[in-house]
Amino acid sequence: MEESAKPGLRIREGDCVVLKRDEVFKAVLVLRRRKVIFEKQWFYLDNAIGHIYGTTFEVSSGGSLQPKEKMEETTTDTKEAGTDNRNIVDDGKSQKLTHDDIKALKDKGIKGQEIVQQLIENSTTFRGKTEFAQDKYIKKKKKNHLRYDTLAQMLTLGNIRAGNKMIVMETCAGLVLGAIMERMGGYGSIIQMYPGGGPVRAATSCFGFPEFFFNTLYEFPLSKVDSLVSGTFSSETLPSEPEYNVPVEEERNGSLDEKQTLTQETEEESSTEAVVESNETEEQETMDLAAEDTEYKETKEKGNKENIREKQRKQQERRRKLVETAALLEEKNADGLIVASRFHPTPLLLSLLEFVAPSRPFVVYCQYKEPLLECYTKLREKGGVINLKLSETWLRNYQVLPDRSHPKLTMSGGGGYLLSGITVTAEKVQSDASSLEGQKMEEPTSKKRKLQELHC
Amino acid sequence: MSFVQYGDTIKDGDTAIVFLGHESMFPVKVQHGSKTQTKYGVIRHSTDLIGKRYGSKVTCSKGGWVFILHPTPELWTMNLPHRTQILYSTDISLITMMLELKPGSIVCESGTGSGSLSHAIIRTVAPTGHLYTVEFHQQRAEKAKEEFQEHKVEHLVTVKNQDVCKNGFGVSNVADAVFLDIPSPWEAIGHAKSALKIEGGRICSFSPCIEQVQRTCLAMEEHGFTEINTLEILLRVYNVRTISLQIPDLGKAAEDNSSTGFDSSNQSNQGSLFGILQQGTAQFKSGVPLKEMVGHTGYLTFATKSLF
Repeated sequence: MEESAKPGLRIREGDCVVLKRDEVFKAVLVLRRRKVIFEKQWFYLDNAIGHIYGTTFEVSSGGSLQPKEKMEETTTDTKEAGTDNRNIVDDGKSQKLTHDDIKALKDKGIKGQEIVQQLIENSTTFRGKTEFAQDKYIKKKKKNHLRYDTLAQMLTLGNIRAGNKMIVMETCAGLVLGAIMERMGGYGSIIQMYPGGGPVRAATSCFGFPEFFFNTLYEFPLSKVDSLVSGTFSSETLPSEPEYNVPVEEERNGSLDEKQTLTQETEEESSTEAVVESNETEEQETMDLAAEDTEYKETKEKGNKENIREKQRKQQERRRKLVETAALLEEKNADGLIVASRFHPTPLLLSLLEFVAPSRPFVVYCQYKEPLLECYTKLREKGGVINLKLSETWLRNYQVLPDRSHPKLTMSGGGGYLLSGITVTAEKVQSDASSLEGQKMEEPTSKKRKLQELHC
Repeated sequence: MSFVQYGDTIKDGDTAIVFLGHESMFPVKVQHGSKTQTKYGVIRHSTDLIGKRYGSKVTCSKGGWVFILHPTPELWTMNLPHRTQILYSTDISLITMMLELKPGSIVCESGTGSGSLSHAIIRTVAPTGHLYTVEFHQQRAEKAKEEFQEHKVEHLVTVKNQDVCKNGFGVSNVADAVFLDIPSPWEAIGHAKSALKIEGGRICSFSPCIEQVQRTCLAMEEHGFTEINTLEILLRVYNVRTISLQIPDLGKAAEDNSSTGFDSSNQSNQGSLFGILQQGTAQFKSGVPLKEMVGHTGYLTFATKSLF
């Protein structure tokens, strides 16, 4: 790997970084003179450039960043545990500092945390309350999305690694694609199937991959899959260029819901979210570095013959790439298939598995269980797959403190479901044999089934 | 074949997985002249395996057949010979993600145990990364070394037979991530810290008991680790079953001119709702949970070493 390609110790312009405050995270691109919003604050990232990753910054007036000494963890030192609640009487009088006092402190230049300290000092009630009560709050998240533990299972069950030839079909704004690319380290190749006019890769750019990672990333329209499977593929009818370019923008603006609600929850105390925000146009523009449509806009603005030639050249290039990708698929030797989309999984699996070699894993994610039940049934009927497994994972985080250890938040049910399996040589067998095969592949009936010790 | 790269055809010296049917499989060392017994008969390696494509169906001497699968760390985890309690793919998946493992990562691990996690780590960090794994028990360390060689991954792993709590991992400031699965992980936190790169990295400790976790978290804090976080991941598997439920006979209302239409249409309404196969039963597909309770494997505690 080139030296410049390796992620450095220091923040550089163009890097995609993650801002963190307490338990909230956000991915942004570092560009000079570019306003960024985070936690209700506007600021510029210019002053962060050159500093080491992990530095804490303070937002000062005018929106510039100033590096800080490491902030003390506020959780433990500001609170001293009292005994218990028995003597606490809530009469509204416990706050000793009045609003005027607070204003006076602020005018003096005493900053936020110090004011909090003062408030705690001055509140008889607060000192009296036990530490346990002070700490109590739980943010409940009830969103149904691809949780990070589910994604983790997909990457492992799919044996995602350097050197694979992967087929990926996702509608998670490129998050799943990015995760797969990260685990492949730029080795091997990926063919991303896409609905509509073009693949959405907004989230992928947040990973900060070096350019060469994208040399072996291909894309192929779902609308051509049927023709490829049946052998009637032709590159003559491409998704037409306006259709190709505009949806990229539309998908940024139009399917905001999908992307805004895509969360990558972490395990921190209050179930934090890393939201790939794509509703701020500035960020969209900066994230969209590789998209063709910025060039398309430019050519449109100029609007002369030279640029029509340019357009034709681009169309030819796209056609060439499409034929190249079709050839890759037609080899029918992909090392795996990953599906994570809003579409019904069954037609996707049944068609895309055609391009996968035998003895290779595949994993399908679905927010709901029922479509996977159907998918499972259809795959059994079709044959050519073994070791089918329908599963979900639950995640629990814990507070670990002396004498006060207990679970905090349990994430279950909301993480979606996975159907995984392994391909085998598909054989055209007679009805007798296929029913035998079906029997062998079917789970033991409840009569025969002993309580199998399931390996977790 | 190798555990870090797919091959197309079965070769002499490969480790292959023989799949007999639902959740019934075992590994086999492919060798010219060897024979493997299965409940369906004998598999002769020279004629039945070598040269065949992975994923092929092989008919055994008694007429029954099996599938031969390419090994993966996940299949290996389900089929390896246990020398110790092992980590399964559910925990392994989360560990891999939370330690941010990827091609090129340098990882330190102790104890090696039966090599379940080791194989998964090697797969993820290949081709440019490395695993330094420390095993206290001499025989287990030897067995692990043997297996890595058989599986053609020995260039990606270094096995050390020593006590990690006393002597550490044998490397300094090289690791991106450290993993601990030992009885007293708090005793190894200091060594973990020095094995990690100066600019920082990630650590994970796996312990079945909460008391171990408490001591480990304390030790992590004392050594300056940040973002200390304890998690547990639980797997729920569903069996896909076709279920038939009987439709209760609620009797028939007395024949009545005004309600003749109602009676006859009642049955067909029910039918259209559930797809009645035979009189009085409704059939549907269901995902039935495999077990009442989901098992506990251990608590996973993650933390970060950073410059700050």
